[in-house]
Amino acid sequence: MSVLVYVESPDGHFKKTGFEVASYASKLAATMNTDAIALVIGKADQAGDLGKYGVSQVIHVNSNDNIGFDSQALSRIIADTAKEVNANVVILTHSSSGKALAGRIAVRMDAGLASGVNALPDVSDGFKVTRSVYSGKAVATVSINTPNKVVSVMGNSISVDASGSAVTPDNKSVSLPATKLQVIEKKVVSGSVPLPEAELVVSAGRGMKGPENWGIIEDLAAALGAATACSRPVSDADWRPHSEHVGQTGIAIRPNLYIAIGISGAIQHLAGVNNSKTIVVINKDPEAPFFKAADYGVVGDLFEVVPRLTEAVKKFKNQ
Amino acid sequence: MDILVCISKTPDTTAKISFKNNDTEYNTDGVNFIMNPYDEWYALVRAIELTEQLGGSVTVLNVGPSSNDIIIRKALAVGGAGAVRIDTDATDSYTVAANIAEYAKSKHYDMIFLGKETIDYNGSEVGAMVAELLDLPFISYAIQMESDGNSSTITREIEGGVEVCKVEGPAVISAAPGLAQQRIPNMKGIMMAKSKPLTVVPAILQDPKVSTVKYQLPPAKSGVKLVDPENMDELVRLLHEEARVI
Ligand SMILES: Cc1cc2nc3c(=O)[nH]c(=O)nc-3n(C[C@H](O)[C@H](O)[C@H](O)COP(=O)(O)OP(=O)(O)OC[C@H]3O[C@@H](n4cnc5c(N)ncnc54)[C@H](O)[C@@H]3O)c2cc1C
Ligand SMILES: Nc1ncnc2c1ncn2[C@@H]1O[C@H](COP(=O)(O)O)[C@@H](O)[C@H]1O
Repeated sequence: MSVLVYVESPDGHFKKTGFEVASYASKLAATMNTDAIALVIGKADQAGDLGKYGVSQVIHVNSNDNIGFDSQALSRIIADTAKEVNANVVILTHSSSGKALAGRIAVRMDAGLASGVNALPDVSDGFKVTRSVYSGKAVATVSINTPNKVVSVMGNSISVDASGSAVTPDNKSVSLPATKLQVIEKKVVSGSVPLPEAELVVSAGRGMKGPENWGIIEDLAAALGAATACSRPVSDADWRPHSEHVGQTGIAIRPNLYIAIGISGAIQHLAGVNNSKTIVVINKDPEAPFFKAADYGVVGDLFEVVPRLTEAVKKFKNQ
Repeated sequence: MDILVCISKTPDTTAKISFKNNDTEYNTDGVNFIMNPYDEWYALVRAIELTEQLGGSVTVLNVGPSSNDIIIRKALAVGGAGAVRIDTDATDSYTVAANIAEYAKSKHYDMIFLGKETIDYNGSEVGAMVAELLDLPFISYAIQMESDGNSSTITREIEGGVEVCKVEGPAVISAAPGLAQQRIPNMKGIMMAKSKPLTVVPAILQDPKVSTVKYQLPPAKSGVKLVDPENMDELVRLLHEEARVI
């Protein structure tokens, strides 16, 4: 028995969410009196560094570096590796790739799947773990009833523990099964922070009046090093791209800081952001429902308050 | 192009969330149910557009009890040609996926569409399972899709960007915002939906691999602290010293 964790290395680098799942797997393995083994597929610098996060072994599968993401091929490698190392639990990141892989691996391993979990499981009696449901409006404890288990972990839900030391990776060569899918192009907006994994998010709504006013939002986001987001009417009107739309029908996020500017706080919007650790609301209407969900509130005109906040942030950063 | 669209039923987006039977069950009292928005607005509509362009038809499929017929009829009013309901209380994702795959296996659909996730369970689980059970490619979070009937080009959302891929032949696709524009059914559509075929088939059942044992509401916020709009240095100080987020 062991715990296998698949760690993504987009563009050859691990991300914080990768260190989170490695830590998660190691802590889980410890409570199960077994080892955590990390699996890395494709290009990855310093794969052995994952040892710092508590895994006892790193398997690095080298395949053609140019492969784009194909859940059909990758899930096969992950499930086969799980079998080889006798793993009965597979841990993944609840990212766009992780979501596409988790269900496939569960089928291949005849395993129960708990997706998007936000804590370590309770293994004292079975395998019970919590996950957010009803778009952030409730938390469910689910029980995986099968011997094999697949778990995908929501970003920012476990602290990273780097107290271990690096290991020498075991390199393996695997030829990828041919599939009918071909990735033609990958366009990543460089420099900006991807929204689903951002720790700081600056978000704006219809109170902005029009797309031409977004400069003050981008300035604040740049000063903080934050990602930008928006409410649904804003992306519906094409003021901002759909990829920035947060809420029940957009992306659900759980950053450390969410600053909502000129957003009323409709229940569908809150559903995507109410797991944020700290919420700041800037709105000229003191009755805006968002204030009820906020930790800090500023009642005022955003066109005056936001530039002032940007200056204050810059001043703080320069100290 | 013959397309299968999997739809699910979820509480209305404004529904009150509460629980009963010792917090083990969702309290449906007074709750209005709707078709899961991703399934309705994006998956179903894009599938209908493709059949309008290329010929063929859209079959709507739901795994659920007879009380779901109302949302199935709505999907037919939007433009599905016929519907199938697999008769069981949908329990875990695996059971749902196994039933969808079992039904789809013999029918040879050119494409299978789902929503990116349900707004109640928020699993994003079923699509990948169906794809694996049918040994098909899976393109999740599709925000754009063009097809000539065999070869399809799909843009999918990934962290911080998009990926464009091409797939030959059938695939499973999950729909995200941007893939299509919501269609409101008109009177004619609603009337026609009444006479479209809705076939009920028995489910294959297995022990649930995953079960929910308890629900909780998230901890309530302690209340908002208002900061003087003239004094943003104070807000920065609070975020740094009190909230410790910057
Ligand atoms: C099924 C369904 C799903 C939905 N899903 C989502 C979703 O996923 N995400 C989402 O966001 N919405 C969603 N909605 C829409 C949601 O109900 C609200 O309509 C939407 O969130 C409102 O957006 P808003 O707050 O930007 O605009 P408004 O509600 O118009 O609010 C604008 C706010 O800006 C403030 N304001 C105006 N001018 C200024 C100024 N100068 N300075 C400061 N403040 C100012 C106003 O006081 C007001 O509070 C959904 C709706 C439905 C029916
Ligand atoms: N009971 C069901 N019947 C048919 N399709 C479903 C059902 N449950 C989920 N789906 C489909 O699977 C998608 C993902 O659901 P989930 O994995 O629960 O997030 C949904 O958007 C639907 O398209």
